[in-house]
This record gives sequence, structure tokens and C-alpha cells, in this order.
Amino acid sequence: MKTTKVLVPSGVLGLGFDLTAFKNGLKLSPDIISIDGGSTDSGPFSLGTGTSKYSRASIKSEWKTLMKARQKLNIPLVIGSCGTCGTNNMVDWMEDITIEISKELNHKVKIAKLYCEIPNNQLLKNYKNGLLTDLEPKVKINEKLIKSITHAVALAGAEQIQATLDKKADIILAGRTTDTAIIAALPLLNGSQPGITWHGAKVAECGALCSTDPTSGVIMIEFNDNDFIIYPLSKKAKCTPETVSAHMLYENADPFILHEPGGYMNVKKATYKAINEKKVQVKGAQWIKEKNYYVKLEGARISGYQTSSLVLLRDERYVKNAENWSSKLKLFLIEEIKKRMNLKTKDFDLEFRHIGKNATLGDLELKNSRPIEIGVLCIVTSKSMEISVEISKLINPFLLHYPLTKYEELPTFAFPFSPVHSERGALYEFSLNQKLKLNDPMSIFKIELKET
Amino acid sequence: MRKLGSIVNNIRSKNAGPYWVTIDIFCKNKKNYNDIKNKLNILLLSKLFKIKKEKIKTFKIDNLNVIKISFPRLLVQGHMNDRDMHGAQYSVILSEIIL
Repeated sequence: MKTTKVLVPSGVLGLGFDLTAFKNGLKLSPDIISIDGGSTDSGPFSLGTGTSKYSRASIKSEWKTLMKARQKLNIPLVIGSCGTCGTNNMVDWMEDITIEISKELNHKVKIAKLYCEIPNNQLLKNYKNGLLTDLEPKVKINEKLIKSITHAVALAGAEQIQATLDKKADIILAGRTTDTAIIAALPLLNGSQPGITWHGAKVAECGALCSTDPTSGVIMIEFNDNDFIIYPLSKKAKCTPETVSAHMLYENADPFILHEPGGYMNVKKATYKAINEKKVQVKGAQWIKEKNYYVKLEGARISGYQTSSLVLLRDERYVKNAENWSSKLKLFLIEEIKKRMNLKTKDFDLEFRHIGKNATLGDLELKNSRPIEIGVLCIVTSKSMEISVEISKLINPFLLHYPLTKYEELPTFAFPFSPVHSERGALYEFSLNQKLKLNDPMSIFKIELKET
Repeated sequence: MRKLGSIVNNIRSKNAGPYWVTIDIFCKNKKNYNDIKNKLNILLLSKLFKIKKEKIKTFKIDNLNVIKISFPRLLVQGHMNDRDMHGAQYSVILSEIIL
């Protein structure tokens, strides 16, 4: 069987990578360049709105470097989870950028697009037909919730990426995929053992994070018949058995098992060997094929509309009694909001967080220190932007002047902004933790081709 | 007595998808690993993170001297009351305890 060399420039497009290291990688004749374009890491906003977390300028400048390299070597270039969330419009966004660059560079390229989004009516049909299985922890869904989802995607695996490779495209723009699928697809096609291939793909998915110099980005991974060899391409970086084996822990709840469409990989029997001071050889992971073919789903919906306000307490007495002050204020405000706006308790959420005290950990905080000042972050959430803004305006004078005790001169605190509140717009929430059974791996995915 | 964070190589936490948090404790050596492994019990973790005992998964990875702790997030990532989008500061809770 053929050895497959996969060049991974970094953990995600937009994060930057070491250009010299990348050029070193190109000299070693890789068979494919694979890079991830997203994750759920930064929260539900990207998927909820179908927008990229990274700036277009960052994406374009890095993609241009990769497109130039691809043209020179005449090998496929693949990106998964386009535009952070991998929705259909983000695949098209990435296509726009690709066409723009191909014109600038005068390249003729064949683009394959893999669409991974599931429309609500199709999701609902699958739900009604009992094809959705809950994952842990169980997240309740129903017909109403499914209808309210703004974007739902299925995570494509190796099969769907392979279908795009079959089209002999130069550039593959994939919607949401597992982080590993874009690396595993070609070696699997070339006959590498699945357990070893998925293991290698998991280790390489964050680029040089599996090395001693994570920020250098660039990694090469060679897939053979029954092992893989991985090494970083920056001069200073090294892969060691420790750095490589530790990567199975990263962002993975179970350090031995990784689920992928069609089965799962188990690394309990894997062995790691340094073959020189830079390279590590890995063997032994197993692939357990499942009877049914499942793809994991992700979805997000609007769960409310939000504003935030910030008031700063510097007066020593108020700093000392900040929590007491804000809990009294909160009780008072809740009653005022209900009375003046004719709302019920369930119609809105008012939250105070004490920056400088426990804003990060909340009631998990164990330390009790005495800060010199406290920022009280006041978050209002309700079912409409109008109501949240109205509540923010209603509470404004009390945030500024509310006294700790009844008989004292009205205090005035520090507002750093005018207006005090900022409209945060729609608040999105992840809404699916299910997998979907497919009889044909391609049934919900769609491939489109485009030549420039 | 020294804080846990100062007697190990590293403690880190991160989301493992929107519904889970996972914490990795990288111990200095086998002795350090065995000491901590025995002292860090589920009851203590359950109290620190306010998570039911049966929901906490721990993994002891002998060849790496690593203890891994995973549990479902109290609030899904990005919930209106979620304070830490990446779950990256949960590690501080363990770093600052004295076993």
C-alpha cells in the first residue's frame, strides 16, 4: 500500500502558522494539505447566525498562502468546517474567497463543495421517524424546539470527504466535519488501517499542539500500513512520545475513545516510540466498526435577547458590601420591573456578576479576597430586544444611585459608558446533542462542483 | 502545605464539546501521581464542582502520570448564565486546593 503524507499547517485557518516551517513541509512532497476551519469552541453564536468567528482578511491571507502551495505541488487542498460553524452559507463564503484569490493569482482550479446543513423540516422528519439517538448528557428536544433552530449541521466523516476526493477536485471546501475526517480521508482511501489512521488524525488535528512548540503550527503526518509517523516542521519543535500521547486528552472527555461516523477508535493498546529526536512512530490503536452509521448533529437557536450594563464600585464601604448591595438591589428591581412593565418573573432574567470578586467561577469560587474595586456586570435577557432595552433603561437610575441603607445620602457610582447599556442582540444556545442514523452516508450531504 | 497547582507540572481545563468539561492534571512523576490519585476522590470533586458523584468520570493514565476528570457542564456552553465559554478556568479550582 501507498504511504500517505498529510501536511497540516495549523489547528485552524485564521490562527496563523510559521511560514518557514510550512515551506519545509512542502519540500517533503505531501500528498494533501488539510486544515480545519472551525469548531464549537467559541460558543453558539457562529452556528446560530451562520457567521465566521475569524475575520475575512485573516482567512483570505492564510488561504492564499495555502492555495499558492497547492498550485505549485498540484495536490488537493481541503478545509473542513468552513467559516467556524460549517453551515452552507459559510461554504459559499469560503468559495467566494477562493474564487477571488484564484482571479488574483490567475489560477484555474476545480472546487468541490460539501454541504452539511440539515433544514428543519428534514430534521423534524428524521426525529418523527425515530432516527435520532440522544447522546450524553441528554438534551431534551421536541417538535417546537426543532422548528426554532436557526442552523443545524451534521458532522461529516471520512466517507463524505472521500466522495469529494473522488471528484478529482483541487480544492475541497467542506461544511461541518469532524476535526479528524479531513486528515483521515485520504490515507483511509489509500488503504491505511482505520484504527491507526483515526488515531493519527486525532493527534494531528490541532497542528503542532502535539509538539513541544504549539504556536509553530505546522505538522507532517505519514500514514503507513500499520503505523503512523508524526513530526513538526519548525526547526525548534519536537514531537516526543509524551507530547503525542498527551494529545488524545485534549478537548476529549474520554482519553481512550474517539467516536467518528461509522464507529469508534480505541487507543488503549497504542504504543509510542521516538524514532529520532523529532519524530514519533505510533502503532496499535483499534477501530471498532458499528452496525449502524451515525453522524453527530449540532444545532443552535435563539434563546432570548440580551443587554449588558457595567457599573463600577470604588467606595470602600460599597466594595466591602457589594454582594449584599446587589442582592438587595436585584430584589427591588425585579419587583419594579414586574410592576412598571406588567411582566411576570419568567418573562426576564436579571443577573449581576461581580468582577473582581467571583465573576468567573460564581458560586464555585473558594477564595474571598478584598478587592479595591468591583465591576458589577448587569445582564438582562428577555424574549425581545425591546423588552431587554426597556428593562435596562428602567434599572439605569438605580444602578447609579441605589443606597446600601435607607437613611443615607444617595450615592453615585461610576458608569464607564454612555449609554450605560449595550445591546448584545440575540442570544444563541446550542440545542442538539443527538446523532442521526443514516442508511446511506451521503443521503443528507450534497456535493457541488465549480471550475474557475 | 502547598497548593495542588504548585506541586504538579500543569492543570488545564477545556470544553469537550458544548456539553462537557474536561480537566487534565499532569503530575511530575510516579510518586507525585500516586499521591494525588489517592487523595483526589469523587466526593471531593463532587463538592468542588457541585456535580453529582455519579456524573463525574475520572481516568487514571498510568503511562503519562495524568489524572483526567470529565463531567457534564452545569450549564450548556453559551447559556445565558454561563460565565466561561471555553470552560478554561475550571482548572483554577483544583490548582488552588490543598490536598
